[in-house]
Amino acid sequence: MTIHLSIILWLPAAAGLLALLLPSRFARWISLLGALLVLAYAITLLVDYDRAAGGMQYVTDITWIRSIGIHYALAVSGLNLVLLATTAVIFTASALWTLIDEPDSGKPGIYALLMGLAQTAVMGAFMAQDLALFVVFFDLMLVPFYFLIVIWGGPDRTRAVLKLFMYTLVGSLLMLVGAITTGVMAANGGEPNFLLSELAKTPLGSTAQGWIFLAFALAFLIKMPSFPFHGWMPDGYSNMPIGVLAVFTAILSKVAAYGFLQIALPLFPDAAVRYQELIMIVAVASILYGSAMAFTVDSARLVLGYSSIAQLGFIVLGIFAFNGRGADGAVLQATNHAIVAGALIFVVAMLSRRAGGSEKLSDMGGIAKGAPAFAAVFVVFSFALLAMPGTANFVGEFMILLGTFTSRMTFAFIAAIGVALAAFYSLRFYISAMHHRVGEKVNSFEMTLREALVVVPLMLVVIALALYPQFALRPAQDGTRVALSATEQAQSSAATASTTGNGR
Amino acid sequence: MSMPLASTVPAAPYIDWAGLSPLLALLGGAIIVLIVGLAGPRGIRTKLVPLLSLATFGVALGCVIALWGQNLVLIEDALQLDPLTLILMLVICGGGVVAVLLAWRDQAAEEIAHGEFFALMLLASAGMFVLVSSRDIVMTFVGLELLSLPLYILCASRVREERSLESGLKYLIIGSVGSATVLYGFALLYGATGQTGYSDIASAISSNGLATDPLFLTAVAMCTVGFAFKASLAPFHQWTPDVYEGAPTPVTAFMSVATKAAAFGVIIRLFDVALRPAIEAWRPIWIAIALITMVVGNVGALRQPSMKRMLAYSSVAQAGYVLVGFVLVTDLGVQAICSYLILYSFGNLAAFAVVIARERETGEGDNISALRGLGTSRPALAIAMTISMLSLAGIPATAGFMGKLRLVEAAAAGDYAWLVAVLVVLSVISLAYYLPVVATMWRGETQPGTDAASGVPVLAGGAPEADATGARAGWELTAVAVLLAAAVIVFGIIPQPVFNLVASAARGLGLS
Repeated sequence: MTIHLSIILWLPAAAGLLALLLPSRFARWISLLGALLVLAYAITLLVDYDRAAGGMQYVTDITWIRSIGIHYALAVSGLNLVLLATTAVIFTASALWTLIDEPDSGKPGIYALLMGLAQTAVMGAFMAQDLALFVVFFDLMLVPFYFLIVIWGGPDRTRAVLKLFMYTLVGSLLMLVGAITTGVMAANGGEPNFLLSELAKTPLGSTAQGWIFLAFALAFLIKMPSFPFHGWMPDGYSNMPIGVLAVFTAILSKVAAYGFLQIALPLFPDAAVRYQELIMIVAVASILYGSAMAFTVDSARLVLGYSSIAQLGFIVLGIFAFNGRGADGAVLQATNHAIVAGALIFVVAMLSRRAGGSEKLSDMGGIAKGAPAFAAVFVVFSFALLAMPGTANFVGEFMILLGTFTSRMTFAFIAAIGVALAAFYSLRFYISAMHHRVGEKVNSFEMTLREALVVVPLMLVVIALALYPQFALRPAQDGTRVALSATEQAQSSAATASTTGNGR
Repeated sequence: MSMPLASTVPAAPYIDWAGLSPLLALLGGAIIVLIVGLAGPRGIRTKLVPLLSLATFGVALGCVIALWGQNLVLIEDALQLDPLTLILMLVICGGGVVAVLLAWRDQAAEEIAHGEFFALMLLASAGMFVLVSSRDIVMTFVGLELLSLPLYILCASRVREERSLESGLKYLIIGSVGSATVLYGFALLYGATGQTGYSDIASAISSNGLATDPLFLTAVAMCTVGFAFKASLAPFHQWTPDVYEGAPTPVTAFMSVATKAAAFGVIIRLFDVALRPAIEAWRPIWIAIALITMVVGNVGALRQPSMKRMLAYSSVAQAGYVLVGFVLVTDLGVQAICSYLILYSFGNLAAFAVVIARERETGEGDNISALRGLGTSRPALAIAMTISMLSLAGIPATAGFMGKLRLVEAAAAGDYAWLVAVLVVLSVISLAYYLPVVATMWRGETQPGTDAASGVPVLAGGAPEADATGARAGWELTAVAVLLAAAVIVFGIIPQPVFNLVASAARGLGLS
């Protein structure tokens, strides 16, 4: 029992509260300081994690709601450590960004508090070792974003945020029902206990697993988003303020992907195996649909939005390959995509500052002319997005495809088309923004020092991951083994069942 | 029920006066308040009378707490003072305290005189005590009427306001139809079973095999319909939005918490105890009512410019959620209902406090436009309203979420997970009317009427004295709103005390 995880969990919210209470001119600095502290803490945890021992470490476990058997249980493992560090990186970048592009309406304290709460909720979802606690944090994650969008969002924000909320809550409330049912049924008339480790010991019956798995899958697929559950995405992405969107696209989608590995596969292995192909179809459809849309839309934000749909498709595909390579690739790719997509959101804002405030690709063009260094940074992110060999994204996608190839070859073939399409949309994005004829409104200038402070560190992370992807892969491997052990067992028992069935 | 005919002087029934103390406190307080209200000096009427009413509710609460954990039968077999009664009285008296604070400087109390206004509120609470504790259909009907009659008058207490009079009249007519239906149902029930006591009815049903008897089933149907009227369950809810909207807002707030608690108390007791042997006959009907209520409430609340109408439909929807706990007929289900009623009341009352504050501060009545830009102009009220809306919508870290969580748990344990899945999907609709309220407050438009795009007509109305805009409503409204909102967050994070409180809720019912 340690207090470390509680400190790192509540630190962002505490920093946000401090930012709200102190004079507002300090707010953004306190917010940044809080984010940096969390980052330092996360890196320390990452370094300090005992890989040899493996498993759950820094376990915190307190009974929270005795009547229902819900625990405040936190732990870090190989699976969530890297994602925690990534979260800290992106929130730090976002806090830095507010120093450049101050959110207007003059309430920096409230902004800082909401971002702090968002980070706390996200990290809570990553660290939760109790099913109900996970669901609570997963739902809570959304609340700060409601206010961030309503107060600082784009012109159509009220409608956009309502759509976002209703879509995601349909999924996550059904997930809540599924989670509680899991605990109650596993208790079998006794006192329910929602600790993941306890629940994994007593798998549910096949029927219950089926619908509960689908409820969880729906919640995760909506949050990512995946085709065809992405209806909230275009409006949502278009109306979020930049610092918020960067966090949303980079991190929140990863919580969903992580949920599959941490919750859905270990607790509902039979159902996961049964619905493997269904989820893979959704993943492949997301890859194709997202890539095609990213190739056609004019809004730079939506290029990234649709490309996220495609990239998350790859991640889901890797997870549902049900083998180590696919899952490791998925975790690596989740890290990669978080950094690259988050960085590219800031790039969109930087482009828009140079294109007369427009985020349309048709209004951009020729920006590279006055900003060669910016162009160089941008090209690194573009190459990473298209998974150029030499980047960690390439490693990730390759492992995902390899894993898929060994388990479901057809899906791997179709998904491979997405790799080619990624090159199309990524390069189209870069070229039509930076090259081509200089747009009418374009007034290009070099990357400012403050802009560089946000994107250059992210670029360095991309390069570091490219040079040494094992940094994310190694810890992930321990975690994915645990996550996959249940489904592997289910698969083999399903295989035995089908052979005996055929032999009869 | 059997009296020895031989004895010429029937023995007086044994009365447990201590057990009756909450009822005696409320009745005594009502009389005192009524008399003090006749006093000449205005200061006594406007300050002492509400204070005495508060004290009465306080004493009643004290009696409830002193009796905590008891399980007594009072006045022979007529009333039962068990944990369910005590828990619901806690909600009712707590709601009463808040309602008195909200009504303290209200125009309604001014118009029908303070003494009468607060005495009626206390009398209605006394009726609620009788209703939730009764275990005899005659007492149930007495309680029902004792609860209803004062409320009819309270609804019409803004005697110079046409909407209020309309509200009272409507409530009187619909309420009487409901009462008549219940009474007819009770008469048939007596005809079918020959008993008036709840447990006697239950044993008569099972020993005489009445569960499929047409007369008995008609009685069950009449009781169902009658109580559905009273608890404003769809499709018998049509009166609710009009009555809620027209009634003085403190009265609406009181009704939405206390009347609801009382109605569910009697529904639980009548069906889970007296009619339990015939569960197969009534459960499908109540499930249907729950589903219809959830749909109608959630859809009806959409796009209502009047906050009170919106909250009325929202309370219909919430009643539908509570019914999910009721149809389970389990110990956990009753516990979940009690948790829900307690946890839900905080956010609900906080919302009404803010609505009342804005009614008095602006000339826009309860229109949603009265909340525009509140985040900048009155942050304390805006935060309270935000928290209460999030709680009503059931967002995590609020009391409303914990209430729903408990319902989900009870339903999952009672093999009705599908019903609660329907509940949560329908409750997503509720975001479409709760969240716009939040957005209106925080979107950053400060001046009322500047948002021409919204197209919401600014309604005339509100109290005449409120036309002086810019004036601040009383401190007690802000205090109530902020305290209740704080309770929403506290119980949203630490719900265990509430769960402990209701742990024995079903002890007097004999459920599994």
